Amino acid sequence: MNLVLEPLAYGFFLRALAASALVSLVTAVVGTYVVLRGVAFLGDAISHAAFPGVVVAYLVGFPFYLGAAVAAVGTALAIGYVSKRGGLRQDTAIGVLFAGAFALGVFLFSTIKGYVADLFSFLFGQVLAISPADLVGLVVLGVAVIAVVAALWKELLYATFDPLGAAASGIAVERLEYLFLGLVALTIVVSLQAVGIILVVAMLITPAATAQLVTARFTRLMLGAAVIGVVTAVAGLYISYWLDVASGATIVLAQTATFALVLGYQRLAHALRPSPVAPEAEA
Amino acid sequence: MNAVAPAGPLAPAAGPEPHRAHRNAGTDAPRHEHGDALDPAHAHAHADVWLSDVAAGYGQRVALEHVSLAVEPGSLLAVVGPNGAGKSTLLKLMAGLARPWTGRIEVLGQPPGREARRVAYVPQAELVDWAFPVTVEDVVAMGRFPRLGPVRRPGPDDRRAVRQALEQVGMAHHLQTQIGRLSGGQRRRVFLARALAAEPDLFLLDEPVTGIDPTTQELLMGLLEAQAARGKTVVATTHDLAAAAEHFHQVLAVNRTVIAYGPSNLVLDADVLARAYGGHLLVLGGQTVLLDDAHHHDEAAPGERHFHDGSGAGR
Repeated sequence: MNLVLEPLAYGFFLRALAASALVSLVTAVVGTYVVLRGVAFLGDAISHAAFPGVVVAYLVGFPFYLGAAVAAVGTALAIGYVSKRGGLRQDTAIGVLFAGAFALGVFLFSTIKGYVADLFSFLFGQVLAISPADLVGLVVLGVAVIAVVAALWKELLYATFDPLGAAASGIAVERLEYLFLGLVALTIVVSLQAVGIILVVAMLITPAATAQLVTARFTRLMLGAAVIGVVTAVAGLYISYWLDVASGATIVLAQTATFALVLGYQRLAHALRPSPVAPEAEA
Repeated sequence: MNAVAPAGPLAPAAGPEPHRAHRNAGTDAPRHEHGDALDPAHAHAHADVWLSDVAAGYGQRVALEHVSLAVEPGSLLAVVGPNGAGKSTLLKLMAGLARPWTGRIEVLGQPPGREARRVAYVPQAELVDWAFPVTVEDVVAMGRFPRLGPVRRPGPDDRRAVRQALEQVGMAHHLQTQIGRLSGGQRRRVFLARALAAEPDLFLLDEPVTGIDPTTQELLMGLLEAQAARGKTVVATTHDLAAAAEHFHQVLAVNRTVIAYGPSNLVLDADVLARAYGGHLLVLGGQTVLLDDAHHHDEAAPGERHFHDGSGAGR
């Protein structure tokens, strides 16, 4: 009991707890669409592309969120544009843009003389160091992303499931595509401080992927992803505090372990089932 | 057979179009008497779908050229032709999903896409990800999304429309079933229910009866005939020439351009079909046999993902 309550006496832990819970909620909601579209690679790309923005913001003394947001949203929209107009497949466009953007970040980073702990924490996250001001910015961005999804979940769902049918009936599918890319970019910016550039894709994908193992209904999928995301983030943060290890990595490990447990349980239950009853619908 | 009552108020709030009066004129509509002598301006003014010298394709590949066409309200039109003839492309042009290279198109009196909320488009089964986590009810409810607009959640009217549409196609007892668990015929029924729930004036259906059992085919065609009798316009591509001859009032034979267009019994004669299908057709003692795989479909347009059963549907 003491183990759970004791860290709550510290302001930095409370802030970290709030940030982790919010981040995992936003990533789970947006990640549901990412998983359904099969664009996990996109999350990875946009997060890496945020790196040069962070470095530039540091160099000119701007808040890191601003630099990350400009770089991430810019890259996301560029990916959308190139894959639509350039006659390239989307994964090709992503590969070209994100490697280039990340290289630019590393290049700029290497021009900084001396040891820069702040930047390093963006690669792997440092949620325990989050400042009150950063937390406020994170809440504003996170609430904005959730509000947009709450307003457009129907349209996003229709456009994801059947883009042709949706477009033909008057849903602005192309504009939603750009909006979706923008949402993924902002979600990643929100998550940077919690888990860092390298691991943020896990926050997007793993909770939704875990929920997809247990339900075939859209609303339950999103709800399940949110619950799994928040619970694992809180658990991961506590574990990292108790063991005094990296918080971002511990949160991601908690999510991965949950996924593995659910998958293992399902396979085991499937193997132990007495007779193989195929879930075929009656004609 | 179905006394179909619209879920909402009986007449659309915008008021029926002036040409609606023609729609229930009777079984033998006067439109074919004129044949080719039909005044183009008259045809244009009264058409639900109108194309004038349209060419279209993907990249460098020409799919259609010199296509001119006027589809009158209340038509039940089958688009037939071999694989790669441009059937799906034609439907996409009408739906505003593809843009013509040249020529003009009007749909419900406007450029394609402008009257999108009065149009219901059903894609080929291969273009749907059947493993997607949505239920039968979810899919049919999507037919109501465009009219709801952002923010608004489906209300009692929408739920009633969804249930009614599912009852019409005989799938009301499958509300909570994930779509991948349905048979091929049931999936087609659900997608037709989505179109019905949208209460459109124009149905654009890509292979709605391909590869399904005769009972389901009869049921779906009966529903489409009822819609046409109410003055709605139905345009459907099909590989099934027998179904086209039996159920559709008119047939449009295409193979890169319009080969023939008119009443089904006139279009589906051996000469016309031989021109449309080339060597894929065999006429045996008055019976026409199409040497064409009914499960084939037109080539994927760039950017389209195709989903085939067994690969991803059942986990």
